[in-house]
Amino acid sequence: MILTEELSKRFDSFTAVERVSLQVGRGQVLALLGPNGAGKTTTVRMLSSVLRPTSGRAQVAGYDVLTQSEQVRASVGVLTENHGLYHRMPAGEYLDFFGQIYSLSAERRKQRIHSLLEQFGLEQDIRRSVGEFSKGMRQKLALARALLHDPPVLLLDEPTSAMDPESARLVRNAIHTLRSEERAIVICTHNLAEAEELADQIAIIRQGRIIAQGTAAQLKERLLGPPEFEVRLAVSLDSAALRLPIGAVLTMRGDDWIRFKTLEPRWVNPAVTQALVEQGFPVVTLQETPRNLEQVYLQAMSAASVNTAQTASGEVI
Amino acid sequence: MTEHVAAAPQSQARLSFWRNLQLMLVITRREIRDQLRDWRIILPVITLTLIFPALMNFTAKQAVDFVQRYNAPVIGERLVPFLLMIVGFFPISVSLVIALESFVGEKERRSIEPLLCSPLSDAQLYLGKLLAALTPPLLASYLGIGVYLIGVYTQVEWRPSPTLLAQIYLLSTVQAVVMVSGAIVASTQTTSVRAANLLASFIIIPMAFLIQGEAMVMFWANYSVLWWAILGQVLIAGLLIRTGLAYFNREELLGREIDILNLGWMWGVFRRSFTSGQRSLWGWYRRGVLYDLVELRSALLVTLIALLMGIYAGVQAAQQFPMPPEIIPAGRLTGNFYLELQKLGFISPLGAGLIWLQNLRVLALATFLGMFTFGVLGLLLMMLPIGMIAYITVNVAAAGFSPVTFLLALVAPHGVVEIPAILIGGAAILNLGATLTRPAQGKTLGEAFLQGAARWARIMLGVVLPLFLLAALLEVFITPRVAQILLSGL
Repeated sequence: MILTEELSKRFDSFTAVERVSLQVGRGQVLALLGPNGAGKTTTVRMLSSVLRPTSGRAQVAGYDVLTQSEQVRASVGVLTENHGLYHRMPAGEYLDFFGQIYSLSAERRKQRIHSLLEQFGLEQDIRRSVGEFSKGMRQKLALARALLHDPPVLLLDEPTSAMDPESARLVRNAIHTLRSEERAIVICTHNLAEAEELADQIAIIRQGRIIAQGTAAQLKERLLGPPEFEVRLAVSLDSAALRLPIGAVLTMRGDDWIRFKTLEPRWVNPAVTQALVEQGFPVVTLQETPRNLEQVYLQAMSAASVNTAQTASGEVI
Repeated sequence: MTEHVAAAPQSQARLSFWRNLQLMLVITRREIRDQLRDWRIILPVITLTLIFPALMNFTAKQAVDFVQRYNAPVIGERLVPFLLMIVGFFPISVSLVIALESFVGEKERRSIEPLLCSPLSDAQLYLGKLLAALTPPLLASYLGIGVYLIGVYTQVEWRPSPTLLAQIYLLSTVQAVVMVSGAIVASTQTTSVRAANLLASFIIIPMAFLIQGEAMVMFWANYSVLWWAILGQVLIAGLLIRTGLAYFNREELLGREIDILNLGWMWGVFRRSFTSGQRSLWGWYRRGVLYDLVELRSALLVTLIALLMGIYAGVQAAQQFPMPPEIIPAGRLTGNFYLELQKLGFISPLGAGLIWLQNLRVLALATFLGMFTFGVLGLLLMMLPIGMIAYITVNVAAAGFSPVTFLLALVAPHGVVEIPAILIGGAAILNLGATLTRPAQGKTLGEAFLQGAARWARIMLGVVLPLFLLAALLEVFITPRVAQILLSGL
């Protein structure tokens, strides 16, 4: 559905996106993470044929973004970073206007508008001017606009920003539903929990380059190392020497707890429990230390900063 | 069967045309509806449509009554049509504000982005918005003219001729198109309404001069001149629309987020383009200058036609406004002619330098004027010396001297170099002015202009200035000698 190869974009002397390669299939969600100015919006704009890539190529819904831009734009639904709503227009009229632009028949427009407004809880506000809407309502209306023509590809820039938790949940549920309809979805977000919940793939972008890409589990393993486990003990450890079985590496210890890493938890964890009991430390609990996308993200950013600094110092030398 | 095959693309083209028009009108309708919801637009439009014409009626009536008391009805007669033009113009002045709001305002509020993500083409968006910015002010203008005419007929029984009425309607229309299309060009180069308003001075100031000129025509009552004003503005509107279409595109609209003057980047683009990547002078001439001259062929042809028109205009002027034969100097070229020039210090390197500097000044002025007029005024300036030569030659012939001898004696020795320099210089200026009207091809307006300026500088430094220098040397050291030999025997 979405395929990019070495996609780059330069503005005069500034490189906004550099050699980005992505692949998002039907029914998949890709979360594009990165700090402000990393190149997420520029990537989305190239994928929606709004900006022309300086080099590389991209196909969206089977169309080339450079040579078939009109077809690409007809196939994507874009939720822009700024809602871009007309404040003096009533919500229904606004969606009808976009329905006409997407060449939907009057009947189809009416049906889609009512169905989407109902889905997002805005059906009572169809005749209200957009200017009277709250931030969250505006965001939902903008999302309804992006979905109006039922596009096979969705590019969502910050879909739940400025939303209250209830509305954000509503939108996340909507995205879950949309994925099940076999769409390819790209989400740019700063909300890492949301990305972890929604995305099959994560791509972290920094200074226009993809610095990490894969599933959340792959990234955790790659960037944070093997999974870590914490064992809570029934008695104090004091300064007793601990012997852990082969395959378990002690990473930390406290008064009545230890943490260890292992590549083979299935075999090593029972052995650790047994060893601790045999050494006179009854085990209360053993559980995996929670690792979230935030740690992955921060680790990726930190590693990239170190690389950049090393490259820069190498150049000076 | 063949007919069916042939008809299919035609009907497809028709369908595509209607589809384009339909989508364009979707934009127009929304924009107009939006304008009608904005009291800041509605109030001035209503005032200028209904109240202002009534005020002008009152003014016309008072003025006519006043001047009749002093037996000077001609002032009143001229004032009434002048006010008709003003009544038509005032409502369309709002179109400038609407256009800036519609183009750069949408860009600033980011409401244009969802439109840019839609399947609409750049041209559909551009034309839809252009039409929306024009329609309400023009309707107001037409209505205002109607209100004024009814009032003025009721009060002083004045009716314009159908031609004058058509001229006023056309004039109002093209003025609105020029202002709106100019505002769009300004809008494409800015990211805020504030900056666009500042750039709009480049539209307001020439329009103010134009209105003053048209006012003079209205008081002069030589209404046929209005056709030229209409034609000129149609051409300018055409060029502005072409420029707008070239630069109102997604890349240009979203590719720049802030208006920064990046001098380093500007110099880099200019330098790279100027040197054409060449390190030696020979390589620069071969790969840069010669290539430019080949690329200039269309501009050279247009300039050549313009110079021929200059000759025609000179000939016409000589027939209409002949010089008195006694001031034709050809007969006075005696043996002292060369000595007199020497005494004046003309025949010296300084004399040649002064001629060269004068030519450079004209070139600089023509370039400056050409940059703001798509090359047109620059070209007109370059036509001037050629027209003057033609004018003098015809007068010399009318005074009984041989025009061929005159041309061979006073023009040809240096003209053989100077005229090609004028031709190439004029083409370079036209090319630079026309840079803004060409499709962007992935470049920003600034980038395209800098590259155009580099090409202009290359031609000027590589060809035109050396030719002018050579011409100046010939004019000082050779032409007077040739002139004395050929003309002293006349």
